[in-house]
Amino acid sequence: MNYLLLQAPAETSNYMIAGYAVIFGVMLLYAISLIVRRRNLEQDVQVLETLGDQEPTA
Amino acid sequence: MEKEAKPRFLTILDVVTVALLIIATYMVFFYAPTEAVMGQVQRVFYFHVAAGWVGMLGFLVAAIAGVAYLRTAKRKWDIAGLSAVEIGMVFALINIVTGAIWARPIWNTWWTWDPRLTTATIMELIYAAYLLLRQGIEDPDRRARFGAVYAIIGFLSVPLTFFSARLFRTIHPVVIGTNQPGAEGAFDMTPLMLQTFLFSLLTFSFIFADLLWHRIRLGRLADKVEQMKLKMAE
Repeated sequence: MNYLLLQAPAETSNYMIAGYAVIFGVMLLYAISLIVRRRNLEQDVQVLETLGDQEPTA
Repeated sequence: MEKEAKPRFLTILDVVTVALLIIATYMVFFYAPTEAVMGQVQRVFYFHVAAGWVGMLGFLVAAIAGVAYLRTAKRKWDIAGLSAVEIGMVFALINIVTGAIWARPIWNTWWTWDPRLTTATIMELIYAAYLLLRQGIEDPDRRARFGAVYAIIGFLSVPLTFFSARLFRTIHPVVIGTNQPGAEGAFDMTPLMLQTFLFSLLTFSFIFADLLWHRIRLGRLADKVEQMKLKMAE
């Protein structure tokens, strides 16, 4: 019986979970950063266009 | 303001990429067998290597975009280069961190200054410096020229990292080629493991293409904002 226990793979599940948490966590954060940056830039364009329209009349 | 419409093909690419990621994840956890010695942590290998592949692919694309910019001086190549570096850095970081997580139970340490780990870290730092130094240059054309030259020279760190596990004495195992005598954690891939590994590489290549397209669109918008600000400042 001891022999069979020695042949079993090492118990490393926690490290696997940590590894995949990092992989999916970082990819998700990067995807969110792309969305947030795009939204902010679109707002910037809107503000700059509004300012550009106001300039000739000022 | 008219929002730039999202290309239909990009939406299709988004859907295909997510579907591939779901299938690859299923294969990693349920299709590939558990490795006999390392146990579950060996499953990190599939996405760890695939992330490393995307990192190096990103830096290769940045170097090619650098050459294209120097030849044509078209800003689209600068945007493509910056986008590729950013994505390359994200995935190289995933590669390094997951490697450390894998190393803890297999090498009994989170980190060692092994040639592969050292060259991978230097590669990441070289491209971190690329992003930092770019921010310090205000003139867009000078910044683009600097970025192009830096991406070409910086690319030297990529083959050095790739071949470090084959050229130097290292404990890091290799997938393609013969392991060094001191390599720890090497294993023979069964056909199911090989299929999962190749499918993961394919999936991450799609992720790279998808993210690159999104990041280039973002870069174009950032460029538009910068040009508008410069025009207003005149």
